[in-house]
Amino acid sequence: MRRLGYLYLALAYGFIFLPVVVLVVFSLQDGRLPVPPFQGFSLRWYGKILSDRGLMTALGNSAAVAGVSSGVALVLGFLAAHGLARVRLPGSVLMRGVLIAPMTVSYLIIGLGLLTLFNQMGVKPSLWATGIGHVVINLPLCFAICFAAMGDHQKSAERAARDLGASEMRVLWHVSAPMLAPALGAAFFLSVTFSWDEFIIAFLLTRFDVTLPVEIWSMLRSGLSPATNAIGSLVFLASALVVIALEALFRRSK
Amino acid sequence: MSDERRLALALVSPALLWTLAFFAVPFAAMLLLSFAHMEGRTVVQGLSLANYAKALGEPSHLKALINSVEITVTVTVVSVALAWPLAATIAWSVPARWQRAALLMAVLPFWTSYVVRSYSWALVLGKNGVVNQAFGAVGLGPFELASTRFATVLGFTHFFVMLLTLTIYANLIQLSPNYARAAQDLGAGRLRTLWHVILPLTLPGIVTGAFVTFVLCIGDYITPQILGGNTELTLPQLIMLQMGRGGNFPMASALSVILMAVVTLAYAASARWLRLDRL
Repeated sequence: MRRLGYLYLALAYGFIFLPVVVLVVFSLQDGRLPVPPFQGFSLRWYGKILSDRGLMTALGNSAAVAGVSSGVALVLGFLAAHGLARVRLPGSVLMRGVLIAPMTVSYLIIGLGLLTLFNQMGVKPSLWATGIGHVVINLPLCFAICFAAMGDHQKSAERAARDLGASEMRVLWHVSAPMLAPALGAAFFLSVTFSWDEFIIAFLLTRFDVTLPVEIWSMLRSGLSPATNAIGSLVFLASALVVIALEALFRRSK
Repeated sequence: MSDERRLALALVSPALLWTLAFFAVPFAAMLLLSFAHMEGRTVVQGLSLANYAKALGEPSHLKALINSVEITVTVTVVSVALAWPLAATIAWSVPARWQRAALLMAVLPFWTSYVVRSYSWALVLGKNGVVNQAFGAVGLGPFELASTRFATVLGFTHFFVMLLTLTIYANLIQLSPNYARAAQDLGAGRLRTLWHVILPLTLPGIVTGAFVTFVLCIGDYITPQILGGNTELTLPQLIMLQMGRGGNFPMASALSVILMAVVTLAYAASARWLRLDRL
């Protein structure tokens, strides 16, 4: 039984890693096409993408949109979770439902809805518009994570602080936020990941300044190239390093 | 209203307002637009059901909906069937101190860019790709693998196996081993224990993961566009086509509302076991 398990594990890992291995290997291709046979080792495609102005601008745009939109989503989500966790309001179930609702809707529809609205209001597509869309998709996530992390011992710590005369702002900043730090970190990290990688909303809501996935998309239209492999590998290696570093950090703190 | 309640409301309202302004209102605008029609290149608002009639009546449009549902159901079923044993192997066969590492490994490709991941499958499956070259080495093929429904399903499955492995593992690891022990003490064999005890207990994890898979899969434009080629259209591809070619926003809106309705049906079907707040 155990041997069968390990065989399945090996096959599954093979399947999961196959496209990534092919991606990375052929980013080092010393030829014009990222397919076998492997013609030799070269870093020239990495040089090419690192000196590509459009690509590097898109990378910066993506980082900015991801950072700002995740920050906004986290603050809104945290405050809402804090408000809904402490007292029972009339209609609080409904409010939770409304806050979670965007999670069950395709990004395409969220993007299309915003595009419709912005068109009618005469708002031009931009990175700001994309950021607004990314807050919509990440807010439910941040809210749900914060809400789930709020326990009873936290409520009593908050009450103690209030009884000792702390204003609500101080309670939020000095008691609730530090106690929830792991959940806040996780929510922010997940939001950044989703925003960073989001394609369809950014595709619909940007025009001249684009994000990285949209820029990669337009690279794809000019056909297969090891340059696409190179940018893909770079993004993968960078995010994999971050994930592994966070995991190591998490382990040590435990 | 007490001060405390007023304060709580003040804390909730920014998030609520954001969701209403940039989610509910846009959706309402889209819904309204779906009853409009095009005259030339201008949108004329009205209350006609013509777009819906066309979306569900015209074979080329209906086919996209059917394709989407077929692909999504296939992907969901296959992904669950592959992910469950993977999660179980990690939870039961891998020594405890290596489990997190094993899980991390199993989802590491999750962190490649989504667009690039589809593209890499196109490389793997292409006419000169690794798979066909491997077949060629033993005298088989080449097979037409890229630009097929198979490629779309494979690309999707790759992504969702990772996601489902996480949700099912989280569910399995919380199970007390006492359930299995009790079943075996009562004389159930390994398979019966698995089928009648363990599997039903992991149903919430499975259904939650499957629902998320369904939602993400049926609304995705990239994977079918890169891997499916132009042999057949899915609903999101048709929506993008409507917007791009003729700028037919009313039709795109109606198709989106239909997409939304399908997701709502899936939600209703799985609501009993769904734990979205515990993802």
